[in-house]
Amino acid sequence: MELENQLAIPGQPTKKKRTSGIPTSWLDNSARYVLIAPAVLIVLVMAIFPLLVSLYLSFSRFKFVRGGFEITFIGFANYNKLFFGSEQRHLLGKFAPLTPLDMLVMALAIGGMVYLMYRYVRSDRFRIFGFIMRIVAMIFAGALLLMLLASLTLAGWILWVLCIAILFYALFLYTKTAYYHPLGVIVGAGIIIWLSARLQSVLILPNAIGLPGTLSVTLMFVLGGVALQYFLGLGLGLLLTQNLPGKRFFRVVFLLPMMITPVGIGFLFKMMTDTLKGPFSPVWIAAGLGDFAMLGQGDTARLAVIIGDTWQWTPFVFIILLAALEGVSKETIEAALVDGANRFQMFRYLILPEIIPVSTTVILIRLIESFKLIDMPNILTGGGPGTATETLTLQAYVGWRSGDLGGSAALAYILLIVATFCAIVFVNFIRRRLLDWVK
Amino acid sequence: MIRRLLTSSNPFRPSPIWMAISYVLLGFWAFVVLFPLYWLAVTAFKLPADVNDGPAYIPFVDYQPVMDAWNYLLVESGENFVRRPYINTIGVGIASALGSLVLGAAASYALARFDYRPKLALIGLFIVCVLLTVLITGLGVPWQLSVVAAIAVYALLAQSVGRRFSAALGNSDIAFWLISQRMLPPVAVIIPIYIMFQQFGLLNTHAALVIAYTAAHLPLAVWFLRDYFQGIPIELEESAFIDGANRYQVLWRIILPLSTPGLIATFLIVLVFAWNEYTMALFLTGAETQTMPLLVAAQNATRGPQWWNISVLVLMMITPIVVLAVILERYIARGILVGAVKG
Repeated sequence: MELENQLAIPGQPTKKKRTSGIPTSWLDNSARYVLIAPAVLIVLVMAIFPLLVSLYLSFSRFKFVRGGFEITFIGFANYNKLFFGSEQRHLLGKFAPLTPLDMLVMALAIGGMVYLMYRYVRSDRFRIFGFIMRIVAMIFAGALLLMLLASLTLAGWILWVLCIAILFYALFLYTKTAYYHPLGVIVGAGIIIWLSARLQSVLILPNAIGLPGTLSVTLMFVLGGVALQYFLGLGLGLLLTQNLPGKRFFRVVFLLPMMITPVGIGFLFKMMTDTLKGPFSPVWIAAGLGDFAMLGQGDTARLAVIIGDTWQWTPFVFIILLAALEGVSKETIEAALVDGANRFQMFRYLILPEIIPVSTTVILIRLIESFKLIDMPNILTGGGPGTATETLTLQAYVGWRSGDLGGSAALAYILLIVATFCAIVFVNFIRRRLLDWVK
Repeated sequence: MIRRLLTSSNPFRPSPIWMAISYVLLGFWAFVVLFPLYWLAVTAFKLPADVNDGPAYIPFVDYQPVMDAWNYLLVESGENFVRRPYINTIGVGIASALGSLVLGAAASYALARFDYRPKLALIGLFIVCVLLTVLITGLGVPWQLSVVAAIAVYALLAQSVGRRFSAALGNSDIAFWLISQRMLPPVAVIIPIYIMFQQFGLLNTHAALVIAYTAAHLPLAVWFLRDYFQGIPIELEESAFIDGANRYQVLWRIILPLSTPGLIATFLIVLVFAWNEYTMALFLTGAETQTMPLLVAAQNATRGPQWWNISVLVLMMITPIVVLAVILERYIARGILVGAVKG
């Protein structure tokens, strides 16, 4: 190997990986294929093939008939029904008329995206393919934002508060010296203005508010859940990296919720949120809310689902971040302590850059997994009240149960596309940038 | 005095005030985690009246613990009511975890030690042929015929057109492809799987669940084990080759024994996922093959939630997993970490 490296001609690709191949017999040569074939085959049969069939199903009407089933090709009718027809309100929600402030937020968002695009076109990273993909991403993001603006009820406030928190956390990462960035401040201010205006309009014109559909609800759960899990996991990780006695006890305890079935967690939180028979009922009654049903109101029911999801998955984020935090070199921290750095400075300049790569990975994993949320809301609220806590997966399941397999497959594809879009945007625009910045 | 409280002599040991704050926060989160579990355990020994009269917190003080709910579920409801789903869950969980582990270990080892260069053109061709099969089956041709036709078309085209293009993928692409299957929402694939199993008469059998779970959790196994195997020095294998061992012997005698901790971790994580899985079980099982999550979910009955019964079932279901988790906490944490930190 040494010799090989020395002999390598500069500019010519050298073999990077060492393959321990001493090919001797057919038995050894067969291993190459025998070992990987079963895995590839089972994924092809159980994932890729069904995925293609699903695609076909989503363009057709499926009916069980005597002795089998019948599939009729009907083109885009399933999608049409979901986006523009009778199911629109279920999937996209009930739209309220846009207030001038909604339009302002929209304009700010579009302006921001156009500005980023302009910078991209002027930079030397410009490629035609990248340009087209960015245009598609812009249209997609704009449509999602428009839907969110028009259909979110006041429940969105949790979401928006989280958005602002994330925004400022991101700014805090982005700016090395100053604690603000002009673009971010404009967007942040826009969101705050929009929020307060929305609040007023809700108080004054209660009928003018929209209702979120399953797509908005799913996005709310994803954003709310992932943000809470990340911040809580990070906080717990930071607390446990100190040399405290009893560390192992806390580690084990904090890991527990991850092991519990989501169905069980649904029931657990159903008990916890009961205002009459639940353990917190004295608190509710003292607050004068004895006959208030947390799961009976859209906003509070969504909050309950997010809390349940956070309770279950914070351990996952925590355990991974804890390892990353423990990997930060002790010598650097000691040196910083000697130089008189405070806690905040140490976190910002020493710890944070070290944990950014792991953070982005763990956020990506949770992002992808959160889109699949079904069992917990199904038990906790059954998707109700109305469709207030119905996720896309749950909607697809309900469609399947009522025999509408085509519509269900179309929904599954919509979910797949939205989840993939969010993951790609996260990887290409946020993750890569953060990793570059850390370097 | 205050100064001494705020600073500490050892730089890695926080000052007393910080320690107090940390303990309060950690204690708070430990309470958040443990209290629902405590409530579960307490409710399992209550009578309906104890639940309906408002919260009772401490056994023997606020109420008298009884075994009525346990008796109702385990004896009065017939012995198969809980036992069958429980055995199903254990069996399906262990079988599918073993399946994922075996397939995942083989694939991970292959990905860690061989160089694969699958041609892009052949893959594209393959997808086109599968699409073609689906399409003509949809048009009413018997599926056996369309599969044979597609294989023939593929073989023909692969020999002629496929050879002209040289663009190829690498190992990391294959690994990424395998791992990305985790992204698929179960509902996107479960309906065709449902139809497929129905055609093969596998619906409502244990095999259906085992196959589905093995496939669903295989990406996790590949993800965890690939990095693990890559970390094992290659020299160990080379010396074994020189001694005349073949590839399978090396894998079986050297690699697998060396990666026992990783295998245990992967097995546990996959087992937990299979144990708790709900969506696919919902589609693929019937009364005979029902698993515990379904039984628990079914308690959301018309008479309103029977909390005492639900608590018993959830408690029975989570106890083995929680005990395993507590005993093997180190392994689980490490298993998750290996995948996440490098992935």
